[in-house]
Amino acid sequence: MKDLKSQATRSTTPGKGGLTPEIQSRIGHQLRAMYDDVVRQGVPDRFAELIKKLDAQGATPQVENDGGSNDNNNGRD
Amino acid sequence: MPLTDSLRNDILAAVPSLRAFAISLSGNADRADDLVQETLLRALANIDSFQPGSNLPAWLFTILRNLFRSDYRKRRREVEDAEGNYAKTLKTQPSQNAHLEFEEFRTALDKLPQDQREALILVGASGFSYEDAASICGCAVGTIKSRVNRARSKLAALLYVDGAEDFGPDETVRAVIGGSGG
Repeated sequence: MKDLKSQATRSTTPGKGGLTPEIQSRIGHQLRAMYDDVVRQGVPDRFAELIKKLDAQGATPQVENDGGSNDNNNGRD
Repeated sequence: MPLTDSLRNDILAAVPSLRAFAISLSGNADRADDLVQETLLRALANIDSFQPGSNLPAWLFTILRNLFRSDYRKRRREVEDAEGNYAKTLKTQPSQNAHLEFEEFRTALDKLPQDQREALILVGASGFSYEDAASICGCAVGTIKSRVNRARSKLAALLYVDGAEDFGPDETVRAVIGGSGG
């Protein structure tokens, strides 16, 4: 017969069911703090410009566009 | 659907959380921004396949996650170098103590299996529902739930010893992090 237990006990991770609400909320808090630090940086210019540029090309990303200066902004929007 | 002004604005609005997700996954700010850039290029190139009215952030996160997955296999080693670079992404340096705690958390997070880490981030930080997270990761809702649970348990074990009754003083946490060789 198969002994499933021996597999399960190989994991030494403690307290599987013992995650207290305090610990859970502390993990959640730290996770969001880490994440929100980056979110608060907003949209770097690099990406705003990328979208604008692609948009100007009619939403067809052509990264290699050998055209010269092409900054006629007709003030559309 | 075509790229309308409002769709473009929605894509831009998703960029901050895409970056946060990318940095959480890769642990490396430069790589994260490359990932985001590639995600935007793909999204715009395939904008016709986006279903109007469906969840735009989830669609973008799916693209980024798949890019990261294929990229990750190629460059697994660089991930180990993560923590130092991550700190550089912060515009405001947290206070010394907070910074230390932050590094400890980051280190523990990096020790999670990738499946568990992404599930925890999507649900616990990005704020996606279990259903959305499941669709982003291409797995069942139950699978996401169990990954999130395992991720939390493992983090608790790494950071707070046992998920125990008292989460101890900082020394304890430092000892655990410093002493766990693998």
